[in-house]
Amino acid sequence: MSYLTLDGVSHYYFSKKQYTESLHNISFSVKRNEFVALLGPSGCGKSTLLSMISGMLQPAEGEILINNEKIEISDLEIGYMLQQDYLFPWKTIIDNVLLGPQIRKRQTSDLKQRAIALLEEVGLENVADKYPSELSGGMRQRAALIRTLITEPEILLLDEPFSALDFQTKLKLEVLVSDLLKAYQKTAILVTHDIGEAISMSDRIILMSSNPGAIAKIYDVPVELRDESPFLARKHPKYGRLFDKIWADLDQQKHTVKPIEENAYERS
Amino acid sequence: MNGPKLFAAYQQKLKKEAKIVLTWQLSILILFFAFWEVASRLYWIDPLLFSSPSRVFSSIWSRLIQGSLLGHIQITLLETILGFLIGTIAGIIIASMLWSFHRFSKVMDPYLVVFNAMPKVALGPILIVALGPGYLSIIAMGFIISVIVTTLVVFAAFNEVDQNYLKVLRSFDATKWQCFKEAVFPASLPAIISTLKVNVGLSWVGVIVGEYLVSKQGLGYLIIYGFQVFDFTLVMSSLVIIAILAAIMYKTVEKIEQLLIRK
Repeated sequence: MSYLTLDGVSHYYFSKKQYTESLHNISFSVKRNEFVALLGPSGCGKSTLLSMISGMLQPAEGEILINNEKIEISDLEIGYMLQQDYLFPWKTIIDNVLLGPQIRKRQTSDLKQRAIALLEEVGLENVADKYPSELSGGMRQRAALIRTLITEPEILLLDEPFSALDFQTKLKLEVLVSDLLKAYQKTAILVTHDIGEAISMSDRIILMSSNPGAIAKIYDVPVELRDESPFLARKHPKYGRLFDKIWADLDQQKHTVKPIEENAYERS
Repeated sequence: MNGPKLFAAYQQKLKKEAKIVLTWQLSILILFFAFWEVASRLYWIDPLLFSSPSRVFSSIWSRLIQGSLLGHIQITLLETILGFLIGTIAGIIIASMLWSFHRFSKVMDPYLVVFNAMPKVALGPILIVALGPGYLSIIAMGFIISVIVTTLVVFAAFNEVDQNYLKVLRSFDATKWQCFKEAVFPASLPAIISTLKVNVGLSWVGVIVGEYLVSKQGLGYLIIYGFQVFDFTLVMSSLVIIAILAAIMYKTVEKIEQLLIRK
């Protein structure tokens, strides 16, 4: 039973003189509570794909369905986390966390209690009234995570949320996000260019190729790795095998893609 | 534990530095007036044209006691503050409209460029014809000189706001107005404050020129009057007062900045 379905989705970028197809005929589906990683080189349209799933961008061709309903009419909550925290520097942490409810005019005192409880859960209980500039990068990204979770989204879109962090903080956050998603039973799509992150966090990996962005291959992550926390999964022998396989496929992709680019130059 | 000791030494150093800077600043001020006084008394400069500090300050003092000066100051200050406020607020409102209606901003672009390049002071006579030779024209002059620059700078600041803040808001289904209120406007506050600072100077220019052209009262009028009757002490006195008032206004804007922007 698929929960989120993309069917033949394409997207074009227009400039004054030409157009480029940035996504070509993307079809895949995600089951409820599944964690899918979109892995690929920069410029393969991963983030564009996320924008379309969030409903901010309309696909040029194809359609995106949630529960067999088009996303425009679905009133499902979709949470979005970006590369950086993008906490508003002029708001305190608690006000930042409550931004979603405030925008939707659903702010209640219960919700504030819940926000404080969630902040506590990620170890931010003492900084609720501080400003983002007073926090470290990892703390800020944790606050941004709570800002996304407070609206109780059914689907979480994670757009390289760990890429701006140092390695240690990144691993800790991966564990935290993975635990929270399991605890609250969320469906999630993670965009990343980090093979290790994709393997250790997700149930399924969709490898993309670029020019135009298309699905190259889909890997099922072994069950042993899915059930481990991201930190321990990295030490599992199967982790290394899958890593090597994806690495080899990515490497091959580079070699096959290059001649096409050269041809394009010759034609122009 | 050397921490407290070193910290005390650091604070001491900061204090000392501030003291040195202040001493220099005061020295320059005193030297300037002293040199002016001496140069005037020894006829290095023509005292009839350049007056001298002692004459300027005694002139200010006697006019203050007579009570005539205060009226002039009040009128000019009122005109400047009104011109400044109306120009700045109108500029911010126009910039917001340009931001809200993308096509409108594209249509208006050449007109804004022309109007910005134009020397606004040249419009003085037309303002006087249209609004009459009174306060209204002078305030309009203070307004017109600052409004376009404000519009352009603030609009540019609105457009430079990081799109990802808007993306966060849109993921919560924010309306355009909410995007403006929550992200665009607060993120542009530093730019808006810096145009305020520029506008303080500009609105003084507008108002003083406006007073040159029409008024029968105000500091600009005193300058022109002093020039016509060859009373350069009066001209210099007005200049000193304008310098002091403009500085106070600038400092006030700086205080507002500190209140609005957390650093």
